[in-house]
Amino acid sequence: MIGDVRLLTLPFDAAEELGTFTQRLPQAGGIVSFLGQVRAGGPEGAEVEALELRHYDPLTLPAMTALAARVAGRWTLDGLLILHRSGTMGPGEPIVLVAAAARHRRDAFAAADFAMDHLKSESWFWKREKVAGAWRWIEPRDQDIEDLARWG
Amino acid sequence: MAITLVFLGRLEDAAGSGSREVPAAASLGQAIGALDPDLADVLRGPRIRCAVNGTLVQGDVPLRNGDEVAFLPPVSGG
Repeated sequence: MIGDVRLLTLPFDAAEELGTFTQRLPQAGGIVSFLGQVRAGGPEGAEVEALELRHYDPLTLPAMTALAARVAGRWTLDGLLILHRSGTMGPGEPIVLVAAAARHRRDAFAAADFAMDHLKSESWFWKREKVAGAWRWIEPRDQDIEDLARWG
Repeated sequence: MAITLVFLGRLEDAAGSGSREVPAAASLGQAIGALDPDLADVLRGPRIRCAVNGTLVQGDVPLRNGDEVAFLPPVSGG
């Protein structure tokens, strides 16, 4: 299994990363990917000027690596890619890229879904956004917690 | 003789900075108790987790000189 887990502090090219990952996995029959990016419109239609993700070095990458091991133990995968940004980003910039490669598509879909749900609500990131010149911390949504409960 | 306190996420606003050095304390509870009472109340909140030197801890734990204590509010990644 090819595992590639990185915490990035600079912008990344999601298409290029996915291309490189795919090229390393000719044996995989299916690759499912999810790209999360900074959305342009905030709550009540306000313009989001910037989004900042903070992490804590002693915890964040070790926990991402542990999550990847958990995913790889649960599904039969040929490859797993987990990239997550930290730092300040503008609208349209990629935040997170997850890709799961497997012989058959069901494992790939489920593994990518599981990895994203756990990145959203269990990984050591804190997010704030800048709207109308003011920074505001974003709390986890109830929906994120419910999404996690699906996996038992 | 000091320990470092790290305030993640919204706790940075409550503490006024992302980290600070404070005099060494014998335990986590004592370190929190020596802070401004309003900040101490926030840090004792039910959803705030703590890590000492990068390891998650529960409840009151002893501290040593040079320890780094991180206060972790609910996360919001992705």
